[in-house]
Parts: sequence; C-alpha cells; structure tokens
Amino acid sequence: MSFRTPRPETHGIKAPAVAGSGRNLLSIADLGAEGIEEVLRVTDAFVEVARRPIPKVPALRGRTVVTLFAEESTRTRFSFETAAKRLSADVLSFAVASSSLKKGESLRDTVETVAAMGVDAFVVRHPSAGAPAQVARWVDASVINAGDGWHEHPTQALLDCYTIRQVLAERSGRPVADVGMKNFGGLRVAIVGDVAHSRVARSGVLALAALGAEITLVAPGSLLPPSLEGWPVSAVSHDLDSVLPTVDVCYLLRLQTERGAGSFVPSLREYTAGYGLTVRRAGLLAEGALVMHPGPMNRGVEIADEVADLPRSVVLRQVANGVAVRMAVLFLLLGQVVDGDAAGAVDLGPGFGAGDG
Amino acid sequence: MPPVPWIWARASGPAMADRRRTPAVARHATVMVRGGTVVDETGERRADVVITDGVVTAVGPGLEVPTGATVLDAVDCLVAPGLVDLHTHLRQPGGEEAETVETASRAAARGGYTAVVGMPNTNPPIDNAAVALEVLGLGEPALCRVAVAGAITVGRAGECLAPMGELAALGVRLFTDDGTGVQDSGVMRRALEYARGLGVTLGQHCEDGDLAAGGHMHEGAWSSRLGVPGVPAAAEELMVARDIMLARLTGGRVHFLHLSTAGSLALVATAKAEGLPVTAEVAPHHLALTDAELAGYDTVFKVNPPLRTETDVAALRAGCAAGTVDAVATDHAPHPSQAKDGPLDTAAPGMLGLETAVAVTLQALGAERDGMAEGDGNGAVPPTTRPGAAASMTVGDVLALMSWRPARIAGLSVEQGGDQGGPIAVGMPGNLCVIDPAERWEVDPDRLASRSRNTPWAGRTLIGRVRHTVYRGEPVVVGTEAQR
Repeated sequence: MSFRTPRPETHGIKAPAVAGSGRNLLSIADLGAEGIEEVLRVTDAFVEVARRPIPKVPALRGRTVVTLFAEESTRTRFSFETAAKRLSADVLSFAVASSSLKKGESLRDTVETVAAMGVDAFVVRHPSAGAPAQVARWVDASVINAGDGWHEHPTQALLDCYTIRQVLAERSGRPVADVGMKNFGGLRVAIVGDVAHSRVARSGVLALAALGAEITLVAPGSLLPPSLEGWPVSAVSHDLDSVLPTVDVCYLLRLQTERGAGSFVPSLREYTAGYGLTVRRAGLLAEGALVMHPGPMNRGVEIADEVADLPRSVVLRQVANGVAVRMAVLFLLLGQVVDGDAAGAVDLGPGFGAGDG
Repeated sequence: MPPVPWIWARASGPAMADRRRTPAVARHATVMVRGGTVVDETGERRADVVITDGVVTAVGPGLEVPTGATVLDAVDCLVAPGLVDLHTHLRQPGGEEAETVETASRAAARGGYTAVVGMPNTNPPIDNAAVALEVLGLGEPALCRVAVAGAITVGRAGECLAPMGELAALGVRLFTDDGTGVQDSGVMRRALEYARGLGVTLGQHCEDGDLAAGGHMHEGAWSSRLGVPGVPAAAEELMVARDIMLARLTGGRVHFLHLSTAGSLALVATAKAEGLPVTAEVAPHHLALTDAELAGYDTVFKVNPPLRTETDVAALRAGCAAGTVDAVATDHAPHPSQAKDGPLDTAAPGMLGLETAVAVTLQALGAERDGMAEGDGNGAVPPTTRPGAAASMTVGDVLALMSWRPARIAGLSVEQGGDQGGPIAVGMPGNLCVIDPAERWEVDPDRLASRSRNTPWAGRTLIGRVRHTVYRGEPVVVGTEAQR
C-alpha cells in the first residue's frame, strides 16, 4: 500500500526554480553555486519582510508543511516553523517523543500516513544519515533536510553563507545586493573541531567552496573523517594557533558529546587546550575576522565564554538569519514563480513588493 | 534419518506434503539435454546428455532421443555440473518470513544450483544435532540438495565450542559462526585444533568486532562524504591475518567466507604460497558492485562485508583468475521488506544472490558470451561489471569456482562420497544445469522465487541465465521456470 499526495495543477506556472534540484533540498550538492546564490538573493527579500511590523506574507497560503523531527532540536524546528508561518503556510509539527515512531511504527509507514493527509513539504531531522533522501523516495511532497546524522544540514550552511555575505556587505557600506557573491572569492575560512561527526561541516564545506572560499580544516586526527578524498578543502591542520592569524572566518563546530564523540579525545580539557577558541587564541585572529558557531555552544569547551560574546562573534545573527533563509528555501521549493520570469524576480504573493510596508 | 516435523508442509496444505512422498525420478525416468556444450572439469565439448533414473547414462554428440525421454533444449547453451553454493542463508528455522528451505531451494534451482550449504545463523542456530536434523529434513523434498554448516561455538556466541563431533557424525563438513567472526583468538585456536581431528573445515566470517563496531558501509571516501559510519578494510584483514597464523599454528583447515578486500586476497595468496590449508570464497556482488552504490542511501546495497572500492573489486576479479579464490559463493541473505525499509543504519545487512549469481559472475569475470559489441550503448551492463583485467577467464574457469571446487570444500564431491560437482560422464549423478550465456534479462524482484525481494539487481539487465536445472534426474527448472 502506498499513498501519494495529489499535487494541485499550476497552469501557467513553472516549477519552482531551485537550480539542480527537483523539489527537494537534501544536500548542498543539489544546489551548486547558482542555486546557493539564488537562495541568498531571495533571502534578501525575506530579511526585509522580517523588519516589517507584521512580518508575514501570503506566499504559501494553503500549503501544508510538516516538520518531522526524529531527533531533539528546538532551534532548527522553531526556525523552520517560524519561516513557514511567516509565509502563511499551515504547519504540522511531528515530534518523535509523542509520535507513533516511538510506538514502533516504521519511518516509512509514518511518512506515508502523514503524506496521505495531503502535505506539500516535509522538513526532516533524523539521527540517521540519508533518512531525508529515503523519505523523498517514498513521498511526492518536497523534502527538506533539516539535519541527518553526520551527513548534511544544508539550511545551516546557507544561513552561514548569508550571514558572512551580510556582515561583509555592511562593512563595505554597500547594499548586499550590490556586493553579490564576490566577497566569497578567496575568503579564508577555518572550520575547527569535530568535522568527522558534523553535518554542519559537510554542508558548510560544500557551500563555502562552491562560492569560492578557501577552507582549512583544523581538528585532531580522531575527529577528521576517515577520508577527505573529493573534499574541496585547501588544507588540513592540527595547529590552530598557526591557522588563526591567516583566516577571515573562524567557524567552530560543536563537540558532539551527545553522540559519544567525547571518547574521540582524551578529555574535554585536552580538547580545549588544543582546539578551543580561548581568549588567548581569539587574540591571534586578524582584525575583522569573524567567529561563527552553529549552536548550541559548549561554552568553555570549543569556545570561551568571553569570546562567544565578543562583537566579532556573529552567532546570534546566524540564528536571526536562519528564519529568512528557511523562508527562501520553502518559497523556492513550494512557491510559485511566474512563468518566464527571470531568476530572482519572485512573486511573493498579493500585497508584496520591494519597498512595500 | 529420524522423522522431523515439516512445519511448512503443514502450512502450505496437503498438496505440498503429497509431493514430498512422490519419488521425483519416477516421473522423469529419462531426461535428455540436447544440443549444448558440456563444460566440466575435464573441459568443453559438444555433447548431448542422457540421464536415466537419476544417473547419467550417455554423453556424446548426436545421440538418439530415447523413447519417452523428456528433452531439454540446450542449443547455444552451456551444460555444466550443477552449481554448489557454499554460503546460503536459508533462514529456517526462525526467519520464515524472509525465506524457507523450500523457497530458498527453488531460488537455488532457478540459479542453476543443485546443492546449497545453509548457514547456521538461524534461530535457534545450528549448533546442535536437533536443529541440524530439522534443516536437513526440510531439505529432503527440496529442489536441490540442502547441506548445512554447523556453528563453531554454542549460540554463535564465540565462547564455548559447539558439539562439532556430533554434527560431523551427521555429515556436517563446514563449521562457521557466520554473521560474526570468532573474536577470541584462544577459542579459534581450540576450535581449529579440535576440527583437525574431525577432518572438518572452519569457515570464518572475518570481521574484527571492535574495528567494525557501528559501521554500516565500507569506510572510505564515500562513507566520509555521506556521513555514514564505516567498516574499514582492516577489520576484515586483521582477522584474515590472525586466522592464517592460527592455521599455521594448529594445522587446522580454514575457509575464508566472502572476502571483500584487496588486502585480504594478498594475505590469502601468501598463505597459499606457503602451503597452508586455507581456501577462500568471494561473493558475486563483491565482484560487481562498489560502495558508490550507497550514494543514494538505498538500503538494498547494505551488506556485510560491505561493498568496497573499485580497487578491491579489481583485486577480487584478479584473485579469481589467479587461483587465490577457490569459490564464488552467493551469501544469499533474504530479508523481508520491513527489515530494509528503515534508515541505512537500522536496516538489516544482506542481499539476495542465488538467482542472479551465474549472470553476475560470468559478466564480472568476463566470461559471458555477449553477442553484441562492447559498449553498445543500451545501458545493459552495470558500469562496474565490465571486467578488463580478468577477461582471460574461460567459462570453464568460472564454473569451476561455482561448481566443482566449492563441491570439494563442502565435502559434497563424488570422490568424497557425495553427488555434486560432476564431471558429466556415464555413471555420474544426474545433477546439472543449462546456462544460456548470451540471454539478456531484466531482474524483476517480484518474479524471483525467493520469498524476499532484496536484490541489488532490481531493474537492471544481466547477461547470462540458467535455462534448465536437473537435480537427481528431475528437471526441476525448465525454461527458467521452477517445475514445483
């Protein structure tokens, strides 16, 4: 038995135009540089929406988005649900703690049952790598990967890229749209910490490299993936002190203690001594270098308390941009692009236009 | 042999039970396989084969059709001794949802096999005479000979030796804890010493438990990119190396199951050069597929040992050509769909093999007889099955790995008192298969005889197919269809 969701006919409307992908966002690799740039451009519009007194547009009115989180996550789920609601979509929240998955129903049965109710998109967080890809094979609805095991977390990478672009544009004193993507060319980024078990790192490396950044991975050997064959990174280092003065962005990864990664290093203390961004190490960073972290932060482990609160740390801005980026992704996957429209000129629904509000 | 309950006969109704009592050979007193090329250990020759009452009674070109004979057309086909699979998961008792002895034997017959060795990782496991007798009893009315391997340790727990003497007395010649390797070197040493006295062989599933722990695919470039915990090649090679040393220490015979890495084959080649009593098998899927198949997280490609790299595939093919590999064994591992429907890390490892093994192996080792030009652009050949290095193997070389050589490892060859592996000659048992080496066919999981559907070849086109199988003089498969 297999239920399939009927899709509404969209006469005169062409398929949403996230480059390289059908209707899913499973991996940054689905997007390529063009797709990433498209998401970032559309995000600009939604950042503007967020500044309005009533930050809501009717773009996805009548669409239903399910957030299916088989792994605990507050911030990512809230971020997606806020994004969907600001697009006027109906949101169904499926949390594993209260769900039939806990009662032994298989993921496939659960997903097909929900899909049968008529759903346009599944936002899937799952502890197993590849689960969103499997869901995408089982349902006709769009599937957005909200983090799968160690594999990928594409919207995190997109919001990180957006944040870098936004901050660098502000510094140059020019509008984001004018700056475009050229700040990424030659941008030097260090990704520090538990790369092996990090979906944020896998998506981040693909996205930043696609936009032209030069990436250095900094980690102890036991926290690097077994093979980096095919990874678009320029260098691998075990010496954070020597890397810090050379980078424009220092991206710290959460030490994934809840996945047992603690045993990959002798102790948290030794990890911090070698790879934590301590106050002393933060002083090695070049002027203007950014400190980023996907959250939640282990203060005192990968990042010192004081460093987390420095102006160069853009962690809260990452969170704020998360909503706008996810609005852009949902809109591009589910929204309607007017037939024949050039890339970037999007119809956000009645009552929306540049400068409006 | 004492009577054993045949629970699936009851479940299937009286008709099935009645068939069991019908002597098969009586209904097919004379069978003639006409017009084919006989390939066995003695070579290749154009010949017809006549089998009467289960025994080969005539072999030669242009024979007269005996009166009343059932004639099987073998024009443009190979006629080989029935194939022998050293590594079949029958799943019965305990896993009847996935497969039964009956359905596995039907799948085997359709794959050209006239004998399979059932692995002991059933529930309960085959670690005592009672369970062995049950499975052997279930095998009596089957469509091929059903032998079993016994467990090396009680419960396959790797601690206490199973009653190997009691099992050997029932004819069990191969022992293994397959599904897991014997981790404790001391236990393995004792087992080899004890086995030596019984004249039996220990099969090892080589996997160091600590190195492999938590892994779901080959550890390498693909696992790193996909974010899937991996099983390094070293997990297998470590145990291969250890067991070679234990074979040297004890003089016991070791058969390495489903070797999957270039490093393992290099170790075995060295051990053989030293004259140690070791043999090795590889599985068809490891000769044909790589870890790149996991790129879409399709659980049908999850198998243990995992699909490895192109380098490993090439080394396995070369090992077949060089004689390092003694047998191609399917590791036929049926699973019901719900065991494969979850995420990759919770899905059961294993894939079907019996019905596709001949085609996959002939293609992988370059011995299929494809009438069409190389790279004809119709997409018929999966990209990783085009051989190259191993193209020098003849059909006879490949069938040796699937019939007479495994027959000897299983203790089922004629000179060992068994009835498998040929050669096809007057007075020999009437077990043979007829293979059309040029037939192209698309694998449809719904049309397999296995009770499960987890074939990695679903929707792909293979070249080479078993047309007929004759078991103890009975044409159990005719025109690719099982006759009962």
